[in-house]
Amino acid sequence: MSAIIEVRELRKRYKDVSAVDGVSFGVPEGVCFGLLGPNGAGKTTTIEIMEGLLDPTAGEVLFRGRPIDRRFKEKVGIQFQHTALPEFITVNETLKLFSAFYPHPRPLNDVVDICALEEIIDRDNRKLSGGQRQRLLLALAIIPQPQLVFLDEPTTGLDPQARRNFWSLIERVRSEGTTVMLTTHYMDEAQLLCDQVAIMDHGRILEIDSPQTLLERHFEGVVVRLPNADAGVLHNGARLPAATKRNNGALELTTTQLDDTFRSLLDLGVNLDGFSIHKPNLEDLFIKLTGSTLRV
Amino acid sequence: MRKFIALFNARTMEFLRDRGALFWNILFPVVLVVGFAFVFSNGDDSLFTVGLLGDGDAPESLRELAGIEFVRYSNSDDAQLEAVTTRLRQHQLDMVIDLDRAEYYLNSEAPGAEMLRRLLHTAHDPSLSEAGAVGVAGAPGAAGFQERRITGAAIRYVDWVVPGVIGMNMMFSCLFGVGYVIVRYRKNGVLKRLKATPVSAFVFVSAQGASRLVIVLVTSVFVFAGTNAVFRFTMNGSYGTLLLLTVVAIICMIGIGLLLAGRLKNEELADGLINLVTFPMIILSGVFFSLEGSPEVLQRASLALPLTHYVSGARAVMLEGAGLGEVLPHTLALAVMAVVFWLCAAAIFRWE
Repeated sequence: MSAIIEVRELRKRYKDVSAVDGVSFGVPEGVCFGLLGPNGAGKTTTIEIMEGLLDPTAGEVLFRGRPIDRRFKEKVGIQFQHTALPEFITVNETLKLFSAFYPHPRPLNDVVDICALEEIIDRDNRKLSGGQRQRLLLALAIIPQPQLVFLDEPTTGLDPQARRNFWSLIERVRSEGTTVMLTTHYMDEAQLLCDQVAIMDHGRILEIDSPQTLLERHFEGVVVRLPNADAGVLHNGARLPAATKRNNGALELTTTQLDDTFRSLLDLGVNLDGFSIHKPNLEDLFIKLTGSTLRV
Repeated sequence: MRKFIALFNARTMEFLRDRGALFWNILFPVVLVVGFAFVFSNGDDSLFTVGLLGDGDAPESLRELAGIEFVRYSNSDDAQLEAVTTRLRQHQLDMVIDLDRAEYYLNSEAPGAEMLRRLLHTAHDPSLSEAGAVGVAGAPGAAGFQERRITGAAIRYVDWVVPGVIGMNMMFSCLFGVGYVIVRYRKNGVLKRLKATPVSAFVFVSAQGASRLVIVLVTSVFVFAGTNAVFRFTMNGSYGTLLLLTVVAIICMIGIGLLLAGRLKNEELADGLINLVTFPMIILSGVFFSLEGSPEVLQRASLALPLTHYVSGARAVMLEGAGLGEVLPHTLALAVMAVVFWLCAAAIFRWE
C-alpha cells in the first residue's frame, strides 16, 4: 500500500517547548488512521502541520510523494477540534458558502443525506447541539470530495448516542474510499474505527501498527479477576498455568490457557464468586505506554 | 469570483440578521440628528441671532437668509456696545453688526462664527479681512451682492451637524464592522477554518470590505434620506459629489478597520484600539462643534484624520455648494489615506 500522506522527521518547537520531536509515519491510502495520545502529546500540532496550516520547524510532509502545494487544500477535507461557524447563517447557507470554495464540490443533497442534516437544514448555526454541530463540520470536511479527511478529536464532548452516530458517519465516508486520519483520546473509538494507530506522547511516536497487532505484541492472554479468592492460592501459584498478582484486594491471573487455568482453580477449591475476564484493549496498552500518573 | 460572492453574501446576510448591529447602525444616527434638531431649534428655525447697532438696514445678503434672526439696538453708544458684545461673548448673540461704526463682531469660540463670516464674505467685498472684528468696507449691503452663493434656505445647526453625524456613524460601522468582526473571527476560529479552504486572504478581505462598503453606503443613504424627509436639509451642492466623497471616505475607514484587524486576536484589545482611534476623530474632526478658534496646531493635526476631510468636504458640498473641484483636496486626501491603510493592512494581515 502506498502512503497517501507521509511525514518525515517532523519537528515543531515553540520557544523552549518541543511540541513535535521527530515524527515519521505514512498513512496508507484508503485506511482509517488514528493518532492517539494524551492531551498535550502533540497530536493537534502534528495534524495541523499535515494540513498545511502550521509550518514545521524541521522535517517534511509529502502528499502522494510530493511536498504539499497550493492545490492541496482543494483535495483534503478538514475538521478542527474547535471551530466556530459563521454566525447568523443557517446550515444550508453554510454548506453553500463552503461549496463555493472548491472547484468540484460534492452535490449538497448528497452531503445533507450522508451527514443527516435534513432536519436542521434551515437552523441557525448558533442553535445547533453538539452532535449536530459535529455533523455539520464533518459535512464541511467532505464537501470538497476529498481524497483525505482530517478529523481532530471529532467526538470530544459528544454524548454516547451522538458518538456512535458519528462513528457510523466516519465508517460511511471511509467506505467510499476516502482516507481518514483522526486524532482521539478515546481508545474505544480508535479500536473500533482505525485500521492503524500511532500512539504518541511527548511529541514522539511510541508505537505504530494495527490495534490487533499492537495488542498481540504487548499483551499475552486474558486477565481473570477473582475478587473473593483466598490469598493462599498464591503459594500454589507454580501449579497454575498463569501469572498471578494482587490488585486492589483481588487476585488477577494473566493467562493464555483459560481452560487449564479454570480447571486448576476448581481443583484447588478457589472461591470463584464474582469472577470476571478482561481482554486487554487499546486503553490498557495506552496506559501501559503513556503511564497512569496524572499529567500536570 | 465565486468565492468572493459567496463570502460577500455571507457577511452581508450576517449583518442583516444581526438585529443589534442593524438597529445600532440606523437608529443611532437618526436619534442624534433628531435630538440635535430639537435641542438646538429654540422653537424656531433660526440658527443665528445677529445684533444690529445703529441706524440703517442689515446687510442685504444676511437679510435674505431665513435662518438669521436680527435683534435691533437703536442706541450705539459705548455702553450699549459693551452690553451687546457681552451678549456675543456669552453666545447669546452670534454676531454683532455696528452699522454706525461700520464694524462687525464675531465670537471666535462660537461654532457658527466661521459660517457667519463666510456668509458675509460671499456677499461682500472680498477686501474684508480675516481677523475677528474688522471694518466693513463702505456702507453695509453696498458691495458685491451679485456674488451671493447661499440662497434663502435656513441653515440650522442640524444642517451643519448632519454630515458630522453620518460621518461618525460611517466610521463606527467601518471600524467595528470590519476591524472588530475580523478579530472575533480570528479568536473563535472562523478564520482558521477559512484558512484551511482554498480561499486566499485577499479574496476574504476584499469580500469583507466590499460587503461593508455596500452596507455602510446603504445605511448612510437611508439615514440621510429618512431624516432629510423630515428636516429638509440645506443642499446647495450636487448629490453626485457628496456620494463620491462618501464612497472614498468609507473605503478609507474600512482600511483603518482592516489595519487594526491585521493581527489582533483579542476582542477587548481591538475594542480599546478602535475607541482610541475613533475618540480623537469625534473630538477633532468637527463632528459636533467647529474647531474654529482652537489652537492652530490642533487644526493642523485634525487634517491627518480622515473624518475631518469627510465632514469638511460634505459640509462644503451641502452648505456652500462646493463642486467636485473644490472638494478635490479632501477627496484626494481620503484616497491617499485609503491606499496607505489598505496596503499596510494587506502587508500585516495574518489568518491566525
